[in-house]
Amino acid sequence: MRRERFGPGDVLIYVLLALLCLTIVFAFMHLLSISLSPNYVATKGGLLLFPKDITFDNYMKVFKNRYIWLGYKNTLIRTLAGTSLQLIVTALGAYVLSKKYFPHRSFWTLLIVFTMFFSGGLIPTFLLVKRLGLIDTYASMIIPGLVSAYNLTIMRNYFQSLPEEIEESCMIDGAGRMRIFWQFILPLSTPILATVALWLAVGHWNAWFDVLIYISDKEKRTLQVVLRNIIVTGTQELDTDASAHSVADEPLVSPEGLKAASIYVATIPILCVYPFLQRYFVKGIMVGSLKG
Amino acid sequence: MTSGLTGHGRTVHPALAEFKKYVKYWDLCLMLAPVIAYFIIFKYIPMGGIVIAFKDYKLGLGISGSMWVGFENFIQAFQTRFFIRSIRNTLIISLYKLAVGFPSPIVLALLLNEVRHSAYKRVVQTISYLPHFLSWVIMAGILTQLLSPNNGAVNALLKNWFGRKESISFLLDNRYFRGTAVVSDVWKGVGWGSILYLATISSIDPTLYEAAICDGASRPQRVRYITLPCIMPTITIMLILNLGSILDAGFDQILNLYSSAVYETGDIIDTYVYRVGLVDWNYKLSTAIGLFKNLIGFMLVVTTNAIAKRISGNGIW
Repeated sequence: MRRERFGPGDVLIYVLLALLCLTIVFAFMHLLSISLSPNYVATKGGLLLFPKDITFDNYMKVFKNRYIWLGYKNTLIRTLAGTSLQLIVTALGAYVLSKKYFPHRSFWTLLIVFTMFFSGGLIPTFLLVKRLGLIDTYASMIIPGLVSAYNLTIMRNYFQSLPEEIEESCMIDGAGRMRIFWQFILPLSTPILATVALWLAVGHWNAWFDVLIYISDKEKRTLQVVLRNIIVTGTQELDTDASAHSVADEPLVSPEGLKAASIYVATIPILCVYPFLQRYFVKGIMVGSLKG
Repeated sequence: MTSGLTGHGRTVHPALAEFKKYVKYWDLCLMLAPVIAYFIIFKYIPMGGIVIAFKDYKLGLGISGSMWVGFENFIQAFQTRFFIRSIRNTLIISLYKLAVGFPSPIVLALLLNEVRHSAYKRVVQTISYLPHFLSWVIMAGILTQLLSPNNGAVNALLKNWFGRKESISFLLDNRYFRGTAVVSDVWKGVGWGSILYLATISSIDPTLYEAAICDGASRPQRVRYITLPCIMPTITIMLILNLGSILDAGFDQILNLYSSAVYETGDIIDTYVYRVGLVDWNYKLSTAIGLFKNLIGFMLVVTTNAIAKRISGNGIW
């Protein structure tokens, strides 16, 4: 196969793939250039692959917006707290349901899997969260979506694939099931734990709808919602202390540049870690497609 | 252990025997408890809230205090033009997405598989997976800038390269909204979607290709007669499973991209349920429409899963 010549067919394939990638790369370069360019360049229009007359005014103004910082703080809180809590609870449950001897295992599994296909819907869930007094709390961003039946199933399948003998020999040594789980099962399961943790973390970083409906307190808005108010609905005041800064302070700011800068400020963490973590995400898809 | 008999031959009540099993595995029960509690409270209790759909729900009276009205809310839903419109939009957008978005990852996987420089393949994969990790909020931000009719890059390209005179309002014009939604959805998901097919392709027995080369099969022939038939089971299953979720036309995407200007072509069932329920605060109508959608969706998923299971011996659970 490898001995065949690099023919016109190959050229076509390479070009097609390059085109797909260029649309993505150009979009990001364009946005970056707009965010780094002064207003008279940004509003001119057309594809701008490299910034002209570089200015950081847009970024300065975004960083002066205290809701961006609050958003960062809230997003970090929900991502860290949510991911760890979800991971622990899901792993515990998945481990139990991976045990064939657990009484009525198929019933408990069905109870969970059924919720993947039918739900009470938006309003009943909303009313429940309200009734539980979770409105305007960080808990409303974590608890209503605490366990995903899909992630639980994937973890359960992984635990099931671990050799039974580990547990048996530990039992003979007198270790309780809790200890076996923490000391032996979890360390053996780092690949699946890492993958699910990454999925959960990205999910929290990108989540916005729960904040939109459960949080009205401006101080608790996450980055995505602050961003959504800036770029989608246009309701977030970009000048939070308009009185303190006159237009003269940032003469080069443009609405386009501000939006582009806000997008970059919110996306930079993902862009930075993504290349290094990509293979773990991909590995997860493979694990998920293996049936236990 | 499963019978009601103990070692001493005394008969124990079966329920007690069942209970004793849980006592024996008390530590496992403790570990499972949070998960079960979560699903009962946050998944099954809201299912009880479905009764709102059959009641004249009044905030002051609560769910149990409100009057039963039978199918009144459903009748009302079907009498509004907007509900019918949202069903139509959901089906049209979903079918477009299926028609374009379903084959795209397969084609991408086939193309990637033909790439001989592994470095190039890795770069293409890394770049094409990236949009999957961005939220639709971010995507909406990127798209509104690129597609802006005033100074967006796409309109500038259309004018300079293709000689178009007028700008296109991709997100505000009913003629273009659905197309924009479909293309942007493919753009975001095509790379990620190709992973599954690439994995399937990489599991094909290489001797098949070697034999084909000996027989003088060209590269297109090898794709046609080896690769495609080998990934066909995966394609079939994915197609069936996709058909099962045809009522999900992409809530996150539409809610961030649409505006009242394009409700006519862009308002899908999920966004309509959201607006009726949490913008207009009409709980009973929203619940009724949501229930209608969930029931049909449930039947679709169960049917398609049963078919998928029969074909492959392997459903999604």
